[in-house]
Amino acid sequence: MFVIKCPYCGERDQTEFSCHGEAHIARPDNPAEVSDEEWGEYLFFRNNPKGIHFERWTHDHGCRRWFNVMRDTVSDKIVKTYKMGDQKPGVKDV
Amino acid sequence: MKYSFYNLVRNSFSYHENWEKAWSSPELKPEYDVIIVGGGGHGLGTAYYLAKEFGVKNIAVLEKGWIGGGNTGRNTTIIRSNYLWDESAALYNHAVNLWEGLSSELNFNVMFSQRGLYHLAHSVHDMQEITRRGYSNYLNGIDAEILNQEQVAKKIPHMNMHGRYPVLGALLQRRAGTARHDAVAWGYARAAENLGVDIIQNCEVKGIDISNGKVVGLQTTKGSVKVDKVGLVPAGHSSVLADMAGFTLPINSVPLQALVSEPIKPILDCVIMSNSVHVYVSQSDKGELVVGAGSDAYNSYSQRGSFDMIEHMMAPLVELFPIFSRLKMLRSWGGIVDVTPDRSPIIGKTPVKDLFINCGWGTGGFKATPGSAHVFAETVAKGEPNDIAAPFSLDRHYSGALVDEAAAAAVAH
Repeated sequence: MFVIKCPYCGERDQTEFSCHGEAHIARPDNPAEVSDEEWGEYLFFRNNPKGIHFERWTHDHGCRRWFNVMRDTVSDKIVKTYKMGDQKPGVKDV
Repeated sequence: MKYSFYNLVRNSFSYHENWEKAWSSPELKPEYDVIIVGGGGHGLGTAYYLAKEFGVKNIAVLEKGWIGGGNTGRNTTIIRSNYLWDESAALYNHAVNLWEGLSSELNFNVMFSQRGLYHLAHSVHDMQEITRRGYSNYLNGIDAEILNQEQVAKKIPHMNMHGRYPVLGALLQRRAGTARHDAVAWGYARAAENLGVDIIQNCEVKGIDISNGKVVGLQTTKGSVKVDKVGLVPAGHSSVLADMAGFTLPINSVPLQALVSEPIKPILDCVIMSNSVHVYVSQSDKGELVVGAGSDAYNSYSQRGSFDMIEHMMAPLVELFPIFSRLKMLRSWGGIVDVTPDRSPIIGKTPVKDLFINCGWGTGGFKATPGSAHVFAETVAKGEPNDIAAPFSLDRHYSGALVDEAAAAAVAH
């Protein structure tokens, strides 16, 4: 179980949050024109790294806002949390 | 040496000190026809069927730890095939058919016990779901009985039928049950080695050599090896291996926990499973209650789940069985499960020629072990999936022909 630092509310227990998978996946601008392969990649295929993972969480039982988390999937240690729209941190930045 | 009553008696004269080792520890050879990466039940079974039914001679199974030490040894050992869709029904019922003859086929007691599985319904919607699935099962030749509240109460008298989420009925599969998970890995390992398969433990794959789009070799912690065909059968590390071969998978790896209670006298002679309150429980032959429930929602390779999930398992358990409320839980553990978007596995070809994959079994792969191994062996041997395996190709994530199996995980998703 983690303690997660919500960018809006500060540190709270993990049970207040829920995780919604990989972050920074852009929906194709022209869905009608992309191939089945590109659309499948966008919908289903994920990096799932053993190491640093960028993911989306919501603070369901708090401010109800979405934000991004940078977390190590081997140790479960949270490296950084940041607001939606903020620049994706580089692994070397932190 | 064949395991038999005669050999049991014969070995008793030497105080059981002269039994042969069930499998040896051979050195990695420089070249193989087929290498299976992953020494769990699915991988060892694949090697066994490749050698036995498809005439492949020169096979190795590479396992980074010890055989059966991954998810094969970390599950709740439940076996059933009452899935909704035709594709899943064919695959999982193929497995149940093989389970029924497995102990004698392998000459190893896998302790397959068809004690019956009750899938509980707690609402009108649940009753409709089990009725729909039950009829779908009939049509696919899978045994299913739809029971009402009275029938369930009679069969499981110590279950609380009138809790916050009352039990209104159940879908019963009598051919479902449990097996001894370690014995499945050991039995397949012993039988495979008897057919000449090299089982290499403590041998982790570090790289996959590809030349002109075809797999040609593997880099391992025990050196490099040339190979003609490779079958990847990793639970929990599918994406890591796929990354080595230069492609991605539609998979997220998440922790799934289970726990066992202190051993008690026989109290539960069947498997209980509930989607809605979300818990499943059976009693092992040692007397422990084996309890499982949902996975965590975040990606992790830590083999450790969160504490709040344990509470989410225990709350429905004691609501259904108040009699269990004072039991102590002895052990809990986590495994990493590879979850696909439709909760169905991926069996078949990859973008790399002669590199095949069998993964994404999510939270319910143990039950499929013999069926999965059998259809994957054919896929590797012939280079094309058979009719049972074909719907589970990686390509379905491009075509949209998902096998969206809500019954797979016993959880709404």
